[in-house]
Amino acid sequence: MRGLIEDDYVTEEGEFVINMGPQHPSTHGVLHLKVWLDGETVKKVQPHLGYIHRSIEKMSESLSYRNFIFATSRMDYLAAHINNEACALTVEKGLQLEVPDRAKYIRTILAELTRLQSHLLWWGCTGLDLGAVTPFFYAFREREFIMEIMEETCGARLTQNFMVPGGVMYDIHPNFQKRTKEVLSQIKGKFQEYDNIMTGNVIFENRTKGVGFLSKEDAISYGVTGPTARASGVSCDIRKLIPYSAYNQVQFDEILDNGGDCYARYMIRMQEMKQSVSIIEQLIDNIPEGEFQAKTKNVIKLPKGEFYQRVETPRGELGVFIVSDGAASPYRIKYRSPGFSNLSALPLMAKGGKIGDLVAIMSTIDLVIPDIDR
Amino acid sequence: MNIEELKSSISAILPSAVYDETGEFLNVNIASEELYPLINELRSNSEFDFDYLFCLTCIDWKDHLMMVYHLLSKTHNHTIVLKAKISNRENSEIATVCNIWRTAELLEREVFDLFGIKFINHPDLRRLFLSDDWNGYPLRKDYVDENMISL
Repeated sequence: MRGLIEDDYVTEEGEFVINMGPQHPSTHGVLHLKVWLDGETVKKVQPHLGYIHRSIEKMSESLSYRNFIFATSRMDYLAAHINNEACALTVEKGLQLEVPDRAKYIRTILAELTRLQSHLLWWGCTGLDLGAVTPFFYAFREREFIMEIMEETCGARLTQNFMVPGGVMYDIHPNFQKRTKEVLSQIKGKFQEYDNIMTGNVIFENRTKGVGFLSKEDAISYGVTGPTARASGVSCDIRKLIPYSAYNQVQFDEILDNGGDCYARYMIRMQEMKQSVSIIEQLIDNIPEGEFQAKTKNVIKLPKGEFYQRVETPRGELGVFIVSDGAASPYRIKYRSPGFSNLSALPLMAKGGKIGDLVAIMSTIDLVIPDIDR
Repeated sequence: MNIEELKSSISAILPSAVYDETGEFLNVNIASEELYPLINELRSNSEFDFDYLFCLTCIDWKDHLMMVYHLLSKTHNHTIVLKAKISNRENSEIATVCNIWRTAELLEREVFDLFGIKFINHPDLRRLFLSDDWNGYPLRKDYVDENMISL
């Protein structure tokens, strides 16, 4: 990195310039932060991106409307279903295609299972980042059951590619409902266990309470979304604001908190997991009979125009903006990824804190680097 | 405000704005030089109060570039899409909006990196993803990379 060699390692004010990452365990990938330190106090943080930039937007310009969706599984790999769903919804919006109810229900259930497993992984990793090893094993124990359901129905564990324009790729596996209900009842019994080991722990509370504060105004100005923004009191749950798929059929709460610190962000996600369980429970026995995919032409061509779809991923608002010139592949695609905007507020949150707090902040923003780099 | 009220209020500030209602949102087409006074008013005037810039990007229309700003007001719950046309491809520049919405700082760096648009008064305009010595701007339609494999 040229920028690094040119800079002095000690500034004129006596601040040390160190590099955190790209190979740092707490960045959950290849995020590179350049940190200016006065002793242990963080004076300035600068993210350096692009280590895994694959230019999905450019690639999509030469892919068909069926194929470009598969690339998005590799953006936020913990929410591949929801990325695929966002793209499928945008294409359907362009085609003015009505999706069968069965597909809507299956989509919503799978999206909430995705949210559950993503939050579980986040919970385990947060423990790991803050020095608690056990939560990681607890979280992965339950997450594994969800991944098995995914594998059985979609044929893949992470990059499912199950949502296609018009509905879902296949019908659900005969075991799907039974196994999902088993997993839900199992997870519901574990939430108390999670709280016992992490939430009330003195070390954990000291590391997160009052750390990494983000005000409501800053959250909106920085375009922060998802649990990170809701912890600062911003109402931004797209599932509530602009319901898509089957979210208008279910009752659930948008969890809000005014704490604005790492602990508030932690609590939001813990409660969201319970909401996800409740959403799946409302839908799982009521999946309507019928088609799982609407009929579409072999070669999809969107009419000339611009189409925008917003969905709620575990990390926040994902926007898919397709510009079509009437051809069989998109003229321009823009992904407004949640991680990118959430990361932009990291320097503000970390400023003035200790270097150890930076790890807690990164962890509670729940960054997924391929989502930022795209 | 509904769409008609938005149109008349924007026209009061900028009479030359051209509207397009064919899409999902109200599209406002302007020239790049007119961007900053209008967009500043859209944020600071409490009747508009567009406090949330949820998407900022660029489209290459071959003969010109177009900056696209998706704006939403959390208080009034109205949305518009502002499109600023940049006619000069070789020396394309437009005013920055990152003193209005802080999220624009990284988003504008991304556009600078991939489209080569210079944002006037941007505090830290460097390439975001690509290395500093990269040639060309990959998301432009006339970008040619001999190593690129077409699928």
